[in-house]
Amino acid sequence: MSEFSPATGTETNDFSNVGRTRWWRRGFFASQTAYVAAALIAIMIVMSFLSSAFLSSGNLANVAKNFSFVGIVTLGVTLVIVTGGIDLSVGSTMALSAITCAIVMQALSGTVFDGIPLAGMIVSLGAGLGVALLIGLANGFLIARVGLSPFVTTLGMLSIVRGLAYAVTEGRGQAPTGPDVDMFYNITDGNLAGIPVAVIYLLVLAAIMGVVLHHTAFGRHVFALGGNEKAAALTGIAVERVKVAVYVLSALSAGFAGILMVGWLGSAPANLATGYELTIIAAAVIGGANLNGGIGGPAGAVIGALLIEVIRNGLVLAGINAYWQIVLVGGIIILAVLVDRLRTLRMTS
Amino acid sequence: MSLLVLQDVGKEFGAIRALSHVNLTIKPGEVVGLMGDNGAGKSTLVKIIAGNFPPSHGRILFEDREVHFTKPVDARSVGIEVVYQDLALADNLTAAANVFLGREMRRKVGPLSFLDHAAMNRRTAELFRELKSETRPDDVVRAMSGGQRQAVAIARTRLAKAKLILMDEPTAAISVRQVAEVLDLIRRLKDAGIAVILISHRMPDVFAVCERVIVMRRGTKVADKPIDQSSPEEVTALITGAKEAA
Repeated sequence: MSEFSPATGTETNDFSNVGRTRWWRRGFFASQTAYVAAALIAIMIVMSFLSSAFLSSGNLANVAKNFSFVGIVTLGVTLVIVTGGIDLSVGSTMALSAITCAIVMQALSGTVFDGIPLAGMIVSLGAGLGVALLIGLANGFLIARVGLSPFVTTLGMLSIVRGLAYAVTEGRGQAPTGPDVDMFYNITDGNLAGIPVAVIYLLVLAAIMGVVLHHTAFGRHVFALGGNEKAAALTGIAVERVKVAVYVLSALSAGFAGILMVGWLGSAPANLATGYELTIIAAAVIGGANLNGGIGGPAGAVIGALLIEVIRNGLVLAGINAYWQIVLVGGIIILAVLVDRLRTLRMTS
Repeated sequence: MSLLVLQDVGKEFGAIRALSHVNLTIKPGEVVGLMGDNGAGKSTLVKIIAGNFPPSHGRILFEDREVHFTKPVDARSVGIEVVYQDLALADNLTAAANVFLGREMRRKVGPLSFLDHAAMNRRTAELFRELKSETRPDDVVRAMSGGQRQAVAIARTRLAKAKLILMDEPTAAISVRQVAEVLDLIRRLKDAGIAVILISHRMPDVFAVCERVIVMRRGTKVADKPIDQSSPEEVTALITGAKEAA
């Protein structure tokens, strides 16, 4: 028995024998998000020298709007990724929500709804978001309750929802019409104090998500699920409910962004946002969300989405063929993950 | 008063008898070692006490009242906590977040409720101080040593005001210094009047902290005696079957 002397000789907790990581190696400063933010600023400075058009107000407004649509959905998908899941169905959801919103608005114009101010618009927005809600519930139910793999479930949903978008429109674009259409364009494609509303929506949603993730029990449970799902279940967390919630929020963010895009384009084509899921997941990963779960946040989502858009915009301004942009985005994803890998290796060694 | 009493407890899985006619008593604040080879019925016994499944027959009394557990929450609600071998911690969260996982302290702001980080950190620091563990509440678990992780898992049971803690192989796969830390944690629990059942393969650990040792072999209890009246040699013989019973 004597060979087991007490390990803690001192009676006080002075932590003298437990090292503490330096502040710049902890928290935000040590995160991939911070590195990518630095890279983003560097790229923007270089581009402002290379192209006089980059900082023109027209170009900046364009970049801001483009990245906001992707950014809003990236927020939702980041939530799913933090729990250790994935949502491939967001691009299709953007399209079906947009189409539903436009079709309902068309159908309601000329009916009694014309007499009630904004009724037509509110119902059509509700219909668009309602479709997204159903898609999210279906994903969440199949993944959390039935136990199917998130990748396969949302891949199937990608195809189902895109197919529905083509089937209901027969491939024709749907333009919003009716008495509220000006108001619709104002709230989806207008400006507030010179800033496109899409950017404001993105920043407000990102701020809300930051508070929810770090200062509510729900947010903590989202991280716990990604860190150790079994542990989360053992401590009595309602794992299924949290999972369903993140897929619903992801789908709703996609539906909302899809509706904003209708305002921007003036029409909802069936091929709206085709392939966006890859850009969105790329934005989340570049921004520091870990596909193994447990790590990610709204700042990363916004920065990741902005970085992709700035690079895409830079290539356009430089007159480089659009096909090469796709190649480059792929390269950046791998580079971002590679830098993170090298950094963690260095820190653990 | 006895804390936990098992009377003639048995468990069958189909035709397989995993546990038969087990009688045992745990007193408050007692540290008991539970030993046995793989398949001896240790984990079946522990799972019955922890509420993972009910026994096929027999009675369980906790604080002199008969209890019927069908899920772990039932056992937890009377004051039985389990520290799992893999510790069931979320690596990406801080120590305080893990201690309070699933029972976070909240502050109401109008209709909204937010996490009370300061209060949770303070309470966690208190728990670590009680356990004399050098662990910071706001450090992330990923960066912690095996001993510190144990402290986090044990602090969680302290938060729940547990009366009986089942520890499943807490010293497997950690360094010698950390083993000493964990054994120290067990002594602190005993000082606080908490009973511990230590499931272990490591003879020195059992002899270092336990007052009593229970040996299982092929689903039955073959020995149950004070540690100072036994020896590692005798326990080894009992586990392997070289000695029938003691």
